[in-house]
Amino acid sequence: MSRPGFVLEVDERTPPLLIHQGEGFRLENLPLGSKVIYGPDPLPGLRDVNAAIRHALLHPHGMEPLPELLRPGMKLTIAFDDISLPLPQMQTPDIRQRILEHVLELAARKGVNDVELVAANALHRRMTPSELKRAVGERVFRAFFPEHLRNHDAEDKDNMVHLGKTDHGEDVELNKRAMESDLLIYVNINLTPMSGGPKSVSVGLAGYNSLRHHHNSHVLKHSRSFNDPPNSAMHHSYNRMADLLGGHVKVFTIETSVNSESFPSAMGFLNKREWEWNLKDQASYLAVKRANEMLPTKMRRKVWQSQYAPYKMTGINAGAPSEVHPLTMAKVHEQQRVEVNGQADIGVFGVPFICPYNVNSIMNPILVTSMGLGYQFNMYLNKPIVRQGGVGIFYHPMPNEFHPVHHPSYIDFFEEVLAETTDPAQLEAKYEKQFATDEWYIHLYRNSYAYHGVHPFYMWYWASHAMDHLGDVIFVGADRKTAARLGFRTATTLGDALEMAKHTVGSSPEISYLHMPPLTLADVR
Amino acid sequence: MILALEYHRSAARYIATRTATGTKLGGRMAGLLVGNMAPLRLTNKSEPRRPSDEWTRLKPLLSGICGSDLGLLSGSNSPYLSPMISTPFVPGHEVVAETMDELPGLPKGSRVVMDPVLSCRPRGVEPCVWCATGRESRCDRITGGAVSSGLQTGYCGDTGGGWSKQFVAHASQLHPVPDELSNERAVLVEPIACAVHSVRRVHVPAGASILLIGAGTVGLFTLLALREFTQAGPIYVVAKHRHQRERAIQLGATEVFEPKRAARALRRATGGSLQHPQMGADFLLGGADIAFECTGGTGGLTSALRMVRAGGTVVASGIPASGVDLTPLWYRELSLVGAYASDHGGPEKVTDDVPNAAEERTRADGRAGDFTEAVALAGTAPLDGYVDAVYSLSQWRDAIGHAFAAGRLGTVKVAFAPGQQ
Repeated sequence: MSRPGFVLEVDERTPPLLIHQGEGFRLENLPLGSKVIYGPDPLPGLRDVNAAIRHALLHPHGMEPLPELLRPGMKLTIAFDDISLPLPQMQTPDIRQRILEHVLELAARKGVNDVELVAANALHRRMTPSELKRAVGERVFRAFFPEHLRNHDAEDKDNMVHLGKTDHGEDVELNKRAMESDLLIYVNINLTPMSGGPKSVSVGLAGYNSLRHHHNSHVLKHSRSFNDPPNSAMHHSYNRMADLLGGHVKVFTIETSVNSESFPSAMGFLNKREWEWNLKDQASYLAVKRANEMLPTKMRRKVWQSQYAPYKMTGINAGAPSEVHPLTMAKVHEQQRVEVNGQADIGVFGVPFICPYNVNSIMNPILVTSMGLGYQFNMYLNKPIVRQGGVGIFYHPMPNEFHPVHHPSYIDFFEEVLAETTDPAQLEAKYEKQFATDEWYIHLYRNSYAYHGVHPFYMWYWASHAMDHLGDVIFVGADRKTAARLGFRTATTLGDALEMAKHTVGSSPEISYLHMPPLTLADVR
Repeated sequence: MILALEYHRSAARYIATRTATGTKLGGRMAGLLVGNMAPLRLTNKSEPRRPSDEWTRLKPLLSGICGSDLGLLSGSNSPYLSPMISTPFVPGHEVVAETMDELPGLPKGSRVVMDPVLSCRPRGVEPCVWCATGRESRCDRITGGAVSSGLQTGYCGDTGGGWSKQFVAHASQLHPVPDELSNERAVLVEPIACAVHSVRRVHVPAGASILLIGAGTVGLFTLLALREFTQAGPIYVVAKHRHQRERAIQLGATEVFEPKRAARALRRATGGSLQHPQMGADFLLGGADIAFECTGGTGGLTSALRMVRAGGTVVASGIPASGVDLTPLWYRELSLVGAYASDHGGPEKVTDDVPNAAEERTRADGRAGDFTEAVALAGTAPLDGYVDAVYSLSQWRDAIGHAFAAGRLGTVKVAFAPGQQ
């Protein structure tokens, strides 16, 4: 049995603590009395993954076994989570590959010939052929690509269908092939509590017309947190959409959870608590840090992006989405949840090298914001780890660097939109539609490997709640000019940051450090 | 004898200055280098003589430093112009001055501004085909007649120029300055007239999108003229410095872009797509209808050619630099139009094939020559503070240095006050 998460109170014996900062990390001495929130140790993986998959498909929840849903002549669509999951990318064979091979074998046995595989990338960039191959495996790729293994194209108007509006007036417009199939199977990897369930289909196979109803500044500001679905306005909208689409298509969902082994053995010390580092870990730390600092930027990025996580599957459930998802969530909570007593005046977060939108890419300043003030700040249940009006201290170098192919509209968003305002509601009102309907961005989304024109707006909205909640945001080690464009202050050291924070939280603040990755969900009481 | 700044022929100094300022680092230090290396000297020389009674001596009150003067001093102007100058000469063609002789209709002591073009009439020769039709800036007889070669006053060895205590000008070159027009505004009339002329060189259809590259004197005044004389739609200005951005907005720019992000920003504003060649600057498939290049630099013309839509027009308002890749001119079937100085001919005739020809003719009706319009515009436009750096002739090195760094220092126009000690 793995150890549960816990909260460490820093005292004289506490060693310096590891904090991620982009494609690097540092050891930091936190002030005495600071709380450090550690997630549980990695859960053990399933012993026989293939048997678990077979069992899930043959004993689903709330639906007939998968073989009974399959018949000759039927139209079958299998959608799967795109490259944004899991993070970092996992070592092969990928969970998707394992599940797809089982599902396709069953379909073949039942004589199902009309099968389409769709990466549910919504407005994310298309996956490249090699990325698709890595996710679905060589056999599936060879058999289906390119005619029957595709990326979802939300701007292919001929292949989108408007199913109607929810009782809140929200448009539900989704992938036509999937909605007109006799059966839609969704293969999910549930890394965070926000994923899976109603989100899978109603977001992954949607377009701007649907997404704008829940990916907006108002909804995100009132999703507290978006990793706590019952208290997330965004998930309430997903639920309404999922209810509506459920009347149109039969969805058989396959949800999985993974443990928290985020880094391979060479970087094993990143998975361990610092005072448990042995001599090898300490030597590894020094060697990796030194080598990392000596590498040129491009090479360093390549090295980090090549660190495939040895994730192990901890659970798999299949069947009706509404019955499967609570089981998945329980497993995710078991791996990530840790109880924390009370909020602090200052929350400390180390922003790592990866977020869902920079796999094989660059984590640009907007993605840094979305990761730090979005994903990491929102890794809580009940209350944020920082009190209202408190200070968020984030670590990231935040270079002014963008991937020109993956993030073209981000560049314009940074240079044009953020130069005018950083207020999510204001920039949403003035610019969102322009970017969403820009023909060039649409062309690049459809034909190149670009995120949709509107995507940087969503990333900025992701931080809406944190921006509203925090009294001050300080980035340690960030490029001053870049951070200023985003409306954040910078400090060279933690000491400087704490000194700057004094104006907001006084000279004896309580500090909580959310120690992640691996992902840790603070249940703040 | 008069005190004057004299440009003299010196191959060594010319080559040295051109070489030194031709590098990236040298370009940044141009003010310092030119002040010490250019073939320019402060000297006492004899007063220029009036070629005839139709000429008057002028006492300059303010005399501006123009971009073409800086190009001359740094050696970056094309040698193409060398037959149209006669050395040694006194530069200075943006002048507000006081007449020292009686002329018909222009009493001695009148305050005047000067159209510097030394066309057929000042030269006392039969009008060429251009001068006969009011297009003096295209004069074919610029090297003959009563005074030596010189495309303008300020490049002619016989007339002297504004960077001195005294020079001469022909009556046809002079325009009286209204009493209410200050010297600081009057000295801007000549560059405004050039901008008016530049805008008149092309037909700007109502609602056309315009890209204006550069927001120095030429760029700002071109913007002023576009808003005054055309029904242009959005005008996008590329400006380097904050004060230029603020001034451009005040004069009616729709949006102002930093040079580095101009292509991306213009694409956002006008549509189309941004292309990244393997070498060289990005370009647009799409872009503005018309571009005005107002920097005289290689980068400016390159940008203009790459950011105007297919079939669009690029107007070269500054002296075009060499080394520009003209592929877009060919591939996008662009029109490249030159705009030099100013003339008396007024707006170009509106042909019937122009959209809304009747309306365009009405707009052009009653409009005068470039200089006359410029005098009026100098009185009404928000130009306060445009001349905020005035130097005596003896401070010429400081003045030249300031002019080279004008944008960075927040200045639009640097001028000499030759009467000042």
